[in-house]
Amino acid sequence: MKVLVPVKRVIDYNVKVRVKSDQSGVDLANVKMSMNPFDEIAVEEAVRLKEKGKASEIIAVSIGPQQASETIRTALAMGADRGILVKSEGEVEPLVVAKILKAIVEAEKPDLVITGKQAIDDDSNQTGQMLAALLGWGQGTFAHKLELNDGTARIEREIDGGLQTVEVKLPAVMTTDLRLNEPRYASLPNIMKAKKKPIEDKTPADYGVDVTPRLKVLKVSEPPKRSAGVKVKSVADLLDKLTEAGVL
Amino acid sequence: MASLVLAEHDNQTLSDTTAKTVTAAAAISQPVHVLVAGFNCGAVSDAAAKIAGVEKVLVADDALYAHRVAETMETLILSVAEKYDAILAPATTTGKNILPRVAAKLDVPQISEILKVVSADTFERPIYAGNAIQTVQASSGKKIITVRTTTFKAAGEGGNAQIEKIAAASDPGTAKFAGEALSKSERPELTSAKIVISGGRGLGSGENFKLIERVADRLHAAVGASRAAVDAGYVPNDYQVGQTGKVVAPALYLAVGISGAIQHLAGMKDSKVIAAINKDEEAPIFQVADFGLVADLFQALPEMDQELAKRGR
Repeated sequence: MKVLVPVKRVIDYNVKVRVKSDQSGVDLANVKMSMNPFDEIAVEEAVRLKEKGKASEIIAVSIGPQQASETIRTALAMGADRGILVKSEGEVEPLVVAKILKAIVEAEKPDLVITGKQAIDDDSNQTGQMLAALLGWGQGTFAHKLELNDGTARIEREIDGGLQTVEVKLPAVMTTDLRLNEPRYASLPNIMKAKKKPIEDKTPADYGVDVTPRLKVLKVSEPPKRSAGVKVKSVADLLDKLTEAGVL
Repeated sequence: MASLVLAEHDNQTLSDTTAKTVTAAAAISQPVHVLVAGFNCGAVSDAAAKIAGVEKVLVADDALYAHRVAETMETLILSVAEKYDAILAPATTTGKNILPRVAAKLDVPQISEILKVVSADTFERPIYAGNAIQTVQASSGKKIITVRTTTFKAAGEGGNAQIEKIAAASDPGTAKFAGEALSKSERPELTSAKIVISGGRGLGSGENFKLIERVADRLHAAVGASRAAVDAGYVPNDYQVGQTGKVVAPALYLAVGISGAIQHLAGMKDSKVIAAINKDEEAPIFQVADFGLVADLFQALPEMDQELAKRGR
């Protein structure tokens, strides 16, 4: 079976983001960019399926600027077979991403789409669910464990009270949570090999999708700051202070 | 028009995140209706009808909704969506699972995890793990919104809404519930507890979480954990407080053996009072803590347990 893995280029998770002084957004200039960590988990899961002989081909898709091809290369170095870059500058809303992915799914006919549960830049947590709905497919979001059976996927999901298992008919969409697996580092030979793997260049227009944002970002501001308080000397002192503050 | 709030519940008890979402909904579009989808969920619809400011409770009581599987919830919400200009759900794993499907089918963007209703079409929401706040304005069309409930006050009780049964919608048949393993606990729920005590990697083992639990039980506190403690397997994943886990905002948050990674701070920095115990006085957690105690937690926690006992807690 074919697996499609959408991956997003985002500010590296170790970078402390800075809000621009004119409140127009977050400063992206000269900032290290990486693959969204949840998407790395998605690539890893797809590669493991291939290693187990369950997946035959893995296609990594990214929607973003030209540099998003580097994110696709990372996926190829981890074990994906080929890439599709849908070039688009500026913000692309989750619904737009889902529409582009839907068109790609219709062309490529994968049995499973695996992607991150959310991107760590806009924290939307929408794309996988939207794609599943647009396709009329079932979904297993926030996946903790995947088991593929004949025509179905059993997906254990991380939910607020613990874990839930759903049985989803294939084809389906799965979004990854943190504990699904631990992504590998690409080895040097695999990084070299990845350079020869094909990446197809596309545009949203090729799929007939209008990328104009529907939500208007009025401003991006700093969150209210907390400052360091006082150090206390002992446990008794701490309890006194908390009692005074009226929170015990 | 009106707004519709998706009730969060377990077929028996209505979660207080519902009343908090009602507060957000009332600021966007009134009257507010609540949709209770469940199975044998009469107690839940009765509770929803008592939320102040709710005009009507729609109840779809059917085996199909026993576990609120997203695919079946999508068709149910779409069957009533026409009458509403805003549809909201608490940003729980249930709400996050369901609402984007509804938004996609209605061909409107979703606005995730709003922190504040600035006006009927303008909202604040966190991006970059809460390290920046985005103010967004929705264009025309229905507004599909998930609500970070820790920042909204729960609507009070005293309402007397009309309860209206609605029919189950079609089952797309693409997914079904196949089991769950919920953590059992006598302690309050993390996201609604007044006091939360969390442990980090410093605890060293799952066994050592008992030290935290003992103190928590004296204070009727919920127990949480950092991602590091969860990843190390000390406690189950639903204990996790942080950007990728739960977001909490209790009156008191006590962080024990937690260094204070940005990821963790994003999940608790809206707490009213933050206290921290850590043996490393350079730990970043002290930069956000109102009260910091530099101490070895293996001495401090038993001491706190005894001190609280002395104080009659």
